[in-house]
Amino acid sequence: MSSDALRAAPGSAVRLGDMQPGFRGVIVAVRRPSGSAAGATDPEELELRLLEFGFVEGARVEVLHEGPIGGDPIAVRVDDMRVALRRNEAMNVILTEASA
Amino acid sequence: MNLSAIPTVALVGNPNCGKTALFNALTGSRQKVANYAGVTVEKKEGLAELPDGRRLRIVDLPGTYSLRARSPDEAVTRDAVLGRLPGEPAPDVILCVADATNLGLVLRLALELKTTGRPLVFVLNMIDIAERQGIEIDVDALSRALGAPVTATVATRRRGLDTLLEIAAAQAAGTSDLGPDLWREPSAADVRNAHRAARDLMRSAVRPPSRPDTLTGRLDGVLLHPAAGLLILLGLLFLMFQAVFAWAAPLQDLTEAGFAALGAAATAGLPTGWMQGLVVDGLIAGVGSVLVFLPQILLLFVFILLLEDSGYMARAAFLMDRIMGGAGLHGRAFIPLLSSFACAVPGIMSTRVIDNRRDRLTTILTAPLMTCSARIPVYTLIIGALIPERTVGGFLSLQGLVMFGLYAAGILSALAVAFVIRKVLWRGGSEPFMMQLPDYKIPDPVNLLRNLGQKAWAFISRAGRIILPLMVLVWALSTWPSAPEGAEGPAIAYSAAGRIGHWLEPVFAPIGFSWEMVVALIPGMAAREVAVAALGAIYAVGGAEGDLAGVLSRQWPLASGLAFLAWYVFAPQCVATLAVVRRETGGWVWPGIMFAYMLALAYLAAFIVHHVAVAFGLG
Ligand SMILES: Nc1nc2c(ncn2[C@@H]2O[C@H](COP(=O)(O)OP(=O)(O)O)[C@@H](O)[C@H]2O)c(=O)[nH]1
Ligand SMILES: [Mg+2]
Repeated sequence: MSSDALRAAPGSAVRLGDMQPGFRGVIVAVRRPSGSAAGATDPEELELRLLEFGFVEGARVEVLHEGPIGGDPIAVRVDDMRVALRRNEAMNVILTEASA
Repeated sequence: MNLSAIPTVALVGNPNCGKTALFNALTGSRQKVANYAGVTVEKKEGLAELPDGRRLRIVDLPGTYSLRARSPDEAVTRDAVLGRLPGEPAPDVILCVADATNLGLVLRLALELKTTGRPLVFVLNMIDIAERQGIEIDVDALSRALGAPVTATVATRRRGLDTLLEIAAAQAAGTSDLGPDLWREPSAADVRNAHRAARDLMRSAVRPPSRPDTLTGRLDGVLLHPAAGLLILLGLLFLMFQAVFAWAAPLQDLTEAGFAALGAAATAGLPTGWMQGLVVDGLIAGVGSVLVFLPQILLLFVFILLLEDSGYMARAAFLMDRIMGGAGLHGRAFIPLLSSFACAVPGIMSTRVIDNRRDRLTTILTAPLMTCSARIPVYTLIIGALIPERTVGGFLSLQGLVMFGLYAAGILSALAVAFVIRKVLWRGGSEPFMMQLPDYKIPDPVNLLRNLGQKAWAFISRAGRIILPLMVLVWALSTWPSAPEGAEGPAIAYSAAGRIGHWLEPVFAPIGFSWEMVVALIPGMAAREVAVAALGAIYAVGGAEGDLAGVLSRQWPLASGLAFLAWYVFAPQCVATLAVVRRETGGWVWPGIMFAYMLALAYLAAFIVHHVAVAFGLG
């Protein structure tokens, strides 16, 4: 489903892991990471964790802060909750930029 | 009293929703903390009494976002809810505790809990904050949609508790019509569906805040700022060190004086002989040498509890994640390692905040490398005796520089060990770091004091149950057999410890340790700083450390002294630490590994230091 979602919104779909503080968007897809991107955790596990923390299609996301070294991890607002996560994991969250 | 006749009520909810505060408010002092059989997760249960005398057994469970367990803690929550724990029937009622200002995730959890078929009560805790923010919750709509009673509480102000207990007791009484247990491990699609249902629920029953909390956002602007945030964190750390080392000193002196007086009284009151030795040198001195750290540990815990309850701790982990991550440590390992500068025991106890087992074990294994305060007496004695009082580079004190070097060696080796553990023991990428950043709160003093009391008691009772018998054993080894009439030299040389020291001498010769030094290591098994007292006994000088330093400076070659310091950077000798690791990891495997690797590093470091020093002509 992930590649479909990417194709469905050409140009405007971005990965949360690439975004800077101030960015606002809406989640269009939460991908199951492929291969080594999942790190020690198996891909489904990571997808489930993202979902359980509220990263789910349709949720509003705002990037609030980034860590002092290399801008990692990032602090984001997901709907009404603040969550910290590493950019590597955030790459699996696909968003479209909110219009205003 | 027949416990099984009392209905069991389990508290389940996301982390930081106020479960523990609610548990404390409901049960007061009628609680006990134990471990679940076979796992190391703390089990807290207590009794709540209704005004009419009915009772409920309340169980506090580790916080979770889902019954699909990610950590050992969460597995306990799942197994307790599903009645899978041996000897633990499934709870009669589940209280799903929610932070009323943050309902999105917990509503999904509530829907998942519904599938277990157990009676559910949905508790809107922190309703005071929700009211302040102008969040409107349609309790009836929520209750209808969830198919469970909904009630509001303020755990820290004891508001709404009677109603909650009444509802819980009524639910427990109706337990005969249990639904079937339909719970299964949810798939990604299940979680998505449940989220959708939870969001619909939110839309229909909850009006978003009219006065949203802006404090958290504004504070985060400063506290998570890449530069200012780090500076503030460093400032807090400095304050914490200052507190632990300077403010605790008068209290420590008092504790020490108290035990000295107790020892003197016992000496006067008991007839001379082994009984007196056992009580004075074994029991009183032994317990005293551990309890003297209590003021430091309490102060440390005050800081940690304040940081945790205010919501800052998650921010510290955020700021430190990348720095720690370079060595393969989790951001949350930061606080346990910091605590270990006072004492590894509370440091290892606080690794419970790390949810991943591997990350937690890595932290536990490296925590004792932080220079704990028990090493300070040893360092001070040896440095004072052997390092000349000189300035280098115009203004730096050589003694201070050596002290700093020892601290730095501890930190660097901890990072190196963590790195190696990551590469050797659990290869592969690091665990994800994903953490809720809770809203800031003003810590509740009553809650804080209660938690502090629990920690203090845990430490004291451990000193009693574990450290005491070992202190007695070490004392016995250093006392018997006693020296023959008219024997030359210190009595300890004839004891079992002395014989072991002589016997082990060849093993330690390559690192430049004399038999006296080896003997000092044996009573020092109980706690590192006991080595100082042991050296005093061996060289048969009075208690004054100045005299002992004089003797050492005449008798110890510099190379041996430096090797002794290097040994103590890694020295595994601390029974309290090994005991707490056993407790936290549920077996002797990990304390065994810890002891072995620290012993190996201690020997290696002393060997290298000794030989390098000799090569430079310092032998
Ligand atoms: N204002 C307010 N604060 C609360 C309430 N319940 C808990 N707290 C605070 O919320 C924080 C987290 O509570 P705690 O019991 O540790 O949460 P747990 O992680 O679910 O066990 C603590 O600082 C509590 O003092 C409440 O009803 N109102
Ligand atoms: Mg708790």
